[in-house]
Amino acid sequence: MRAAISLLSGALFGLGLLVSGMTDTAKVQGFLDLFGAWDPTLAFVMGGAILPMAVAWVVAGRRRLSLTGEPLPARPAAIINARLLGGAALFGAGWALVGLCPGPAIASLSFGGWPGLVFFASMVLGMIGFQWRDARKGVAA
Amino acid sequence: MIPMDWIYGLLGGLMIGIAAAIYLLGDGRIMGASGVIAGLWQSVGSTVWQGRALFVVGLVGAPAIAAWAMGGAETNATTNPVLLVLAGLLVGYGTRLGNGCTSGHGVCGMSRLSPRGIAATVTFVAVGVVVMAVGRHVLGVI
Repeated sequence: MRAAISLLSGALFGLGLLVSGMTDTAKVQGFLDLFGAWDPTLAFVMGGAILPMAVAWVVAGRRRLSLTGEPLPARPAAIINARLLGGAALFGAGWALVGLCPGPAIASLSFGGWPGLVFFASMVLGMIGFQWRDARKGVAA
Repeated sequence: MIPMDWIYGLLGGLMIGIAAAIYLLGDGRIMGASGVIAGLWQSVGSTVWQGRALFVVGLVGAPAIAAWAMGGAETNATTNPVLLVLAGLLVGYGTRLGNGCTSGHGVCGMSRLSPRGIAATVTFVAVGVVVMAVGRHVLGVI
């Protein structure tokens, strides 16, 4: 059951990224290029994705468990700190430089050629680097 | 006349949202690409890990088959290795520090009206717009 759900949602996520044009870095960078030839496509993608997910959150609020019997995630404390905003800022900078975020970077691995592989390897290195620094500093996650 | 790109964007977006809904209601998980990837080298072999691994198999495999059927797809990514490495490091480090990316904070967080998700999304889009403005129109490197 869990295997089928994971595979299905990964596949649908990947197809959605491809269909929406979000694996094309030119479209993503076009959205961020507010002072150039602005491309609003990403806003339609985000809007389209938020609609079914908003319904899912309403349904989740009325249930206790998922289909596999896992507890549905509780609402996290609304803590907006330097860690959240600093991380988002670093991510936003990297996102603009190449036009790839983690989802599309993975979804395009098969056809993205060597630039996609270099980006992906660097992203994994960045994640491991963070975990290494985090563990050394003993900062609570 | 609405541009076709916008319609494909909306259609693909709906697919992404339904994928996230299946992940949440089906298995009680928040569909965040950065979290799933970073989880691949944690508790390897557990049922949670197997779920993440299969999610990645679908995420890589489905577009691979679709792109092949369509006769290929393009990312149009830069071939500047310095930009690729720098961007990859920033995205990897930043998404772990901030605990999420476009899917986790953007899709899953904003649809829940989560203050953290909204704050993170506004921040990474705003910084992305500034970096793009400076990098493309002032420095000419992007």
